[in-house]
Amino acid sequence: MQLSREDLLKAYRDMRTIREFEDRVHDEFAKGGIPGFVHLYAGEEASGVGVCMNLDDRDKIASTHRGHGHCIAKGCDPKGMMKEIYGKRDGLCGGKGGSMHIADLSRGMMGANGIVGGGPPLVCGAALTAKTLKTGGVAVAFVGDGGSNQGTTLESFNLARVWDLPVVFVVEDNGYAESTASAWSVGGSQKKRAEAFGMPGTEVDGHDFFAVYDAARQAVEFARSGDGPSLIHVKLDRHYGHFEGDAMTYRADGEVDRLRQERDALQIFRTKVSEAKLLEIDQLDEIDAEVKELIDQAVAEAETAPPPTEADLLTDVYVSY
Amino acid sequence: MSKKSFRQAINEALAQEMRRDPTVIVMGEDNAGGMGAPGEDDAWGGVLGVTKGLMPEFGRERVLDTPISESAFIGAAVGAAATGLRPVAELMFVDFMGVCFDQIFNQAGKFKYMFGGKAVTPLVVRTMFGAGFRAASQHSQCLYPIFTHIPGLKVVIPSSPYEAKGLMIQAIRDDDPVIFLEHKVLYDDEEEVPDEPYTIPFGEANLTREGSDVTIVAFGRMVPFSNQVADKLEKEGISCTVVDPRTTSPLDTDTILECVADTGRLVVVDEASPRCNMATDISALVAQEAFGALKAPIKMVTPPHTPVPFAPQLEDLYIPTPEKIEAAVRAVAGA
Repeated sequence: MQLSREDLLKAYRDMRTIREFEDRVHDEFAKGGIPGFVHLYAGEEASGVGVCMNLDDRDKIASTHRGHGHCIAKGCDPKGMMKEIYGKRDGLCGGKGGSMHIADLSRGMMGANGIVGGGPPLVCGAALTAKTLKTGGVAVAFVGDGGSNQGTTLESFNLARVWDLPVVFVVEDNGYAESTASAWSVGGSQKKRAEAFGMPGTEVDGHDFFAVYDAARQAVEFARSGDGPSLIHVKLDRHYGHFEGDAMTYRADGEVDRLRQERDALQIFRTKVSEAKLLEIDQLDEIDAEVKELIDQAVAEAETAPPPTEADLLTDVYVSY
Repeated sequence: MSKKSFRQAINEALAQEMRRDPTVIVMGEDNAGGMGAPGEDDAWGGVLGVTKGLMPEFGRERVLDTPISESAFIGAAVGAAATGLRPVAELMFVDFMGVCFDQIFNQAGKFKYMFGGKAVTPLVVRTMFGAGFRAASQHSQCLYPIFTHIPGLKVVIPSSPYEAKGLMIQAIRDDDPVIFLEHKVLYDDEEEVPDEPYTIPFGEANLTREGSDVTIVAFGRMVPFSNQVADKLEKEGISCTVVDPRTTSPLDTDTILECVADTGRLVVVDEASPRCNMATDISALVAQEAFGALKAPIKMVTPPHTPVPFAPQLEDLYIPTPEKIEAAVRAVAGA
């Protein structure tokens, strides 16, 4: 572990921000304030934050339809994100993208993606740019267990290997592709798939920030030093359904309550850092209060922000036409 | 100025832009050729030969061979374009769009809009299209109407070597994703092409013939066919305008409407399958905007609604020919 106090505080703040953001979106969606489709990342915080803590401004990520957590972890503004989810004019994408398309290229965030498996080829391209222009950057593709079965993902494993690209593939396996168990839908193992393509693969407990952080640090260093791609299989859980409104009839009785009590990434982090006397619980509680205030403000501002205008319908299709 | 083939014209455009701008790269199956093979240094420049000579000059870092993985490498070209390069990716046959279309229409074509205007994706996808090579159903289609349908994409169809060079340089310098369609039968056509770089703007139609009786709008290989018909009928006193729109998106609707206003008669020649193609699109445009100018019903010359057949006798029946164009022109001219 090479994390400073500041790093630990930032990691916790980012994870708490994601949790608070997602819990609030869940509540507000249920009240009817948010249009469209929303897929929440609550429960998976240690993965996005554990990976992105190893990245800097040179680095790019591509996300999935479950992208809010990756956005926050890569430095996107939560207020701009909330406005985007509400479909407002000064949302991060002008209200034209919504939850499934939040992006901020200035932060190296190449977009949530409504197409499962849409990201890995794009990440190969971002890594090719880094390699060609010698920026020293790496690119990270987050995919779910569902996305890991797409041809785009498997083709990207091969392309990243044969082009020797600085890519990290992060397979976030929350146990379900929509409602279908990953235990049923994934043939073989993610680690062995990686190895079959000539890349190192590791498997980590995605409830443990430190485990993800360490695995990602090695993978990012491997990519940055020119050794090529690798894969991290992160096993974790989601606290909500595939989408908001999902009745989750496919999950066992009490499953979600149990994992919230026994495998909560934030609780595990709090216990670890306090027992190791790295941080005080009071400090963490203080962050909780600050984050709650931030998200309260984000929701309040999003609710009252103006929507796009009729003129906005026709702009941003082309640079010139 | 010297005589160059359609293939050489595109090759020269690529080389000149790669010299001018170090962010321009090319990639595709066998684009350099021979990667990892015993004859690796003897690059053959791909099955189309369009990228020949680029690898020796620019190296394998900028001329990339790819595995046969169109989803991955077309997607990588999109991702590279969104992060600072100007990739020119070769999709060998446009028929292969089926295995990588998501990366083109859901990713490249939508980034700018979905991301609130903040994304720039200066991508070129070069691809070979069209019937006439006895290449059968999966290597002969046109498919440009499908790209044209997608907001966010630009679609270019050069009809001659001169057009190909200027439009390719424009495509590379353009900041939007461009689908550049090269008709396989045109590759060996030759004409005088300037040696220096030049651009041809998108959305500005070219009048290859100017006349007063009938307007023919045609795309790609159908432009030389239509010119041939116009030249023949001119001698008989039927005077035709031939409009080569050059790009289907953007489409120069103003020029088409002006020409129809002048002639009052329209024939649209489109090698694409007949439902929802450029012929129907332009016919609808003219019916809506210039109905009063029409002296005769619009005629569309297209193939039938079938896959492209293999047998030479069938393929010859399938393709719109100068004879079919001539018959349509005579019909609208009442001659």
